[in-house]
Amino acid sequence: MTSRLRPAVLYAALIVLALVTILPFIWVISGSLRTTSDIQANPGAWLPSEVTLDNFARLFSRNGFSTFLGNSVIVAIVIVIGNIIAASMAGFALAKLEFRGKRVAFAAVLIALMVPFSATFVPQFVVTVQLGLVDTLAGIALPSLVLPISIFIMRQFAASIPDELLEAARIDGANEVRIFFQIFLPLAGPAVATVTIMSFLASWNNFIWPLIVAQSADSYTLPVGLAAMSQAAQNVTDYGLVLAGAVIVMLPVLVLFLFLQRYFVQGIVSTGLK
Amino acid sequence: MAFAVQLNKTGAPRTRRRPAHTGIAWLFLAPFAVIFVVFSAIPIISSLAISVTDMRSADLQTPFGVNFAGLENYVALVSDGNFVRAILNTLLFVVIGVPVTMAVGFALALVLNSGIRRFRSVFRGLFYAPVVTNIVSVALIWQYAFNQNGTVNEVLANLGFAGPNWLGDENLAMPVVILLGIWRNFGTAMLLFLAGLQSVPEDVQEAAALDGAGPWRRLWSMTIPLIMPTTLLVSVLLSVFFLQVFDEPYLLTNGGPLGSTESMALFTYHQFGFGNFGVSSAASFILLLIVAAVSALQFRLLRSRS
Repeated sequence: MTSRLRPAVLYAALIVLALVTILPFIWVISGSLRTTSDIQANPGAWLPSEVTLDNFARLFSRNGFSTFLGNSVIVAIVIVIGNIIAASMAGFALAKLEFRGKRVAFAAVLIALMVPFSATFVPQFVVTVQLGLVDTLAGIALPSLVLPISIFIMRQFAASIPDELLEAARIDGANEVRIFFQIFLPLAGPAVATVTIMSFLASWNNFIWPLIVAQSADSYTLPVGLAAMSQAAQNVTDYGLVLAGAVIVMLPVLVLFLFLQRYFVQGIVSTGLK
Repeated sequence: MAFAVQLNKTGAPRTRRRPAHTGIAWLFLAPFAVIFVVFSAIPIISSLAISVTDMRSADLQTPFGVNFAGLENYVALVSDGNFVRAILNTLLFVVIGVPVTMAVGFALALVLNSGIRRFRSVFRGLFYAPVVTNIVSVALIWQYAFNQNGTVNEVLANLGFAGPNWLGDENLAMPVVILLGIWRNFGTAMLLFLAGLQSVPEDVQEAAALDGAGPWRRLWSMTIPLIMPTTLLVSVLLSVFFLQVFDEPYLLTNGGPLGSTESMALFTYHQFGFGNFGVSSAASFILLLIVAAVSALQFRLLRSRS
């Protein structure tokens, strides 16, 4: 503002900080492209001495890894679809309908949002056992089928739709189901996009719950499988293989984030939550 | 138009006063209600119930056949050195992690909000990327970098220092684990502070500048008081995250060496793994109480100050 120096200093500081922030990403990617002998010879080196895709080839030819990937994809698809349907219904009802028990319903959303997972995972596991869903993908997906954060996003969006619009449709004789499908949903595109991204993120990155529910490698999701692989790798120090797995796990989210940053930002800021 | 308004006037009270949509609204809410009852309401109540029983993993098929144990689990926990250590470790996570994360996030938000026009969203994206990144992947590289022969020690060696085995050292493991927690969360703090700063009116700032208030003075006397609600929100959110810290110590050290990084959530998980469901539930209920107390306390402190 006062001099030309200040922006230059700010930019320099930002660039240095940004580099420090993304160092772990650089290390993961560079490590995944190194040969096993290179890693063993220079464990602390920053760049590969020769670039190889061998780690990725070995990863996918390994038993199990494609299963983990497939499981993660299936669970994510189920959770995203569940959230889009159930959260738009719930959000519409909470914002636009007058009904008995509305405050109770809203309190339930808040409770679901605020109670720490670590306080309830033991009984959640007991319930899952009772339902016969331990070690199944259904058991992994079920508790996240309607995330409270998705309901918040949808409710906030629904509240921004003018009442007059719905009132006019009611006067024309439309019932609430028709209003939901023909007026609310066609307008809800941006909110659906935000819910899709937030619930995909929650599903793809979820770690503790799949770790508890998945008991055999057949139902491991990617993060659980990767953690198991790395624990095995600590004995054999096959870091290249594990880092290639790490790249596969973080890549989809980073690519999505790169292109759809504004939806992520919207999701966070509108709810104040991860 | 006038016609519609008139109809509205006669039509609206009918729908507003008598909740006309009770049936259809609960139909819309049914999926959420079912999931909430099964995976939140029943677990919250039974968590408290399990904590006063001697339930073990062997009782999973017959959860109603367990014995009432009163406060035995709680008494055992309070006298268990490992649990007390886990509480102290968790408090250390909060006391160090929350202020540092907030300071980094606030500083970045200030810089991004002042004078930076070009590449702003690029920087914002880079600083936010850790939040959306899968923690297992990052923990792997963290382990690799802080290895005895890892990248960090390579840098130290080039500077002439012999680096330690970070994660294997009882005193050094905790700082590394906390650092991962900070790295992973400062983007959230930055984003929320940015939103808060953008609500500070620019003309007020300019008026103060014209009156001769320097940038530090404006920051201290105007910006910081004005964004107090954001500060409250961020501090509560981060405290709740750090109180529940699990992924970072589980993946980096699994609570070791010698329990030096074991958090309360990790203790709960380990007890669960040992099959001590009663003890695990009691520990998690204590954690729940602490989380609730900290949130309430922070709200009161910041409200009375602002």
